[in-house]
Amino acid sequence: MNPAIRVGELRKRFRTTQALDGVSLDIQPGEFFGLLGPNGAGKTTLISILAGLTRADSGHAAIMGHDVVRDYRQSRRALGVVPQELVYDPFFNVRETLRIQSGYFGLKHNDGWIDEIMHHLDLTPHADKNTQSLSGGMKRRLLVAQALVHKPPVIVLDEPTAGVDVDLRRSLWEFISGLNREGHTILLTTHYLEEAEALCGRIAMLKSGRVVACDTTRNLLQLTNEHCAQLRLDAETVPAAWQGRLQRDADGSWRINFSEYAELETLLADLRGANVRVLEMQLREPDLEDVFTDIMKRT
Amino acid sequence: MSGFPALFYKEMLRFWKVVVQTVVAPVVTALLYLLIFSHVLEEHVEVYPGVSYTSFLVPGLVMMSMLQNAFANSSSSLIQSKMQGNIVFVLLPPLSYLEFFLAYLGAAVIRGLVVGLGVWAVTLWFAPWQMPHLGWLLAYALLACAILGAVGIVAGIWAEKYDQLAAFQNFLILPLTFLSGVFYSIHSLPPFWQTVSHFNPVFYLIDGFRYAFVGQSDTDPWLGLLVAGACFVAISALTLALLKRGYKLRH
Repeated sequence: MNPAIRVGELRKRFRTTQALDGVSLDIQPGEFFGLLGPNGAGKTTLISILAGLTRADSGHAAIMGHDVVRDYRQSRRALGVVPQELVYDPFFNVRETLRIQSGYFGLKHNDGWIDEIMHHLDLTPHADKNTQSLSGGMKRRLLVAQALVHKPPVIVLDEPTAGVDVDLRRSLWEFISGLNREGHTILLTTHYLEEAEALCGRIAMLKSGRVVACDTTRNLLQLTNEHCAQLRLDAETVPAAWQGRLQRDADGSWRINFSEYAELETLLADLRGANVRVLEMQLREPDLEDVFTDIMKRT
Repeated sequence: MSGFPALFYKEMLRFWKVVVQTVVAPVVTALLYLLIFSHVLEEHVEVYPGVSYTSFLVPGLVMMSMLQNAFANSSSSLIQSKMQGNIVFVLLPPLSYLEFFLAYLGAAVIRGLVVGLGVWAVTLWFAPWQMPHLGWLLAYALLACAILGAVGIVAGIWAEKYDQLAAFQNFLILPLTFLSGVFYSIHSLPPFWQTVSHFNPVFYLIDGFRYAFVGQSDTDPWLGLLVAGACFVAISALTLALLKRGYKLRH
């Protein structure tokens, strides 16, 4: 079976900036794939090339086996893109927008599916409203609906929850996860790493136009084994052996990063030996943010 | 399965939703020109023997309105879509560059014809009814709207800001349409400017269109048709080449 998305050795330069510097990725059908990276890493350029909005200098890209340049009609039919910018056409209402967008894909009698998407995205009460009068959250939902009018097997979401309130984020993710369960391949870029950790089965990290990490979310989380403990003590100093290892935070608490729990046991024993009482202790497991920060620092 | 009908429909719906601005306003403007110029010049000017000044002026005004509105339709739609970012809605679907071209061109032609019909209709009160030669009328009307519609597509793609488009309109389209014999015959000009006028393609469009109404013209209407046809082929080839390359649309 063809990969849902395949890119090989993609390069793209904008004047003085090398936006993509040899990116290769395979995303399999049915995956929920995350594309992470700091601003300017090349995420949007990569998505734009997949969507045909930008042309690569070299390399190749294909959606469901269809080359995005040579077989652009088939590749665009297989792809639904939710753009990052909150764009809308102020001349039309919600239903007109979705009917017109269906028409661009050659679909004439698509009202049944349009009604269904509007229902799932809570757009039905706003169907006859001009797009200009919609709130930011509703405009975002309309963009999602527009990306789905032609039932694409592959859906790309470019930072869909930027500036979106908690309720909408939650309902959007429920809806997108449902689509993924039905078999749609999802490619997501986001700055909210906890979202990527919770949703994505596999993640690629981009930096300066290169893939610096690509693995399952589980494997990526195991890349760092540093745990963190935050302690409040009833003393102002700690035993000499631990000075330097324990960091004092601004709120007066102490913090220690460790890889083995045995280290924590020794610390607690030494504190007891020095008659220092632990008033409070919190443990934090490593998350994707730690991994991300670590990888970005190392590469 | 083509996306062309939807894009064409969307472009038509876009101008029809603001019909007061896109159709009624240019008709009123043309009417004002007619009232002022025919009032001042009717008694003093006879351009062609046996043809009143108002009868001479009406075809020129109809053609000028068609030209300006065909250009305005495609150019304003594209610049607005680019500035607002919603151009992605037509760039993401599987529309070919030819479908893109035909949809924007088709809507520009329709808007030009609707405005032209409107101007003609209101001027019937002022000029005696004469059955025009429908063949010449349609040939020139369609070619004129198509040429300026295509020029509008080029301008809309090229312009990155509203003021660049305004410059295109004010310093190119407006002088070409005004200085092309709408209000006068080029035979009333000094020889130098007569020669210059022959290099203005809009002159041939207005001259030939007027021939359809009054049966008289400054040049042979067949020559005008040839010039207009050549202009349409040239501007269409340029527009299609730009669209195929994705000039300023696909980076």
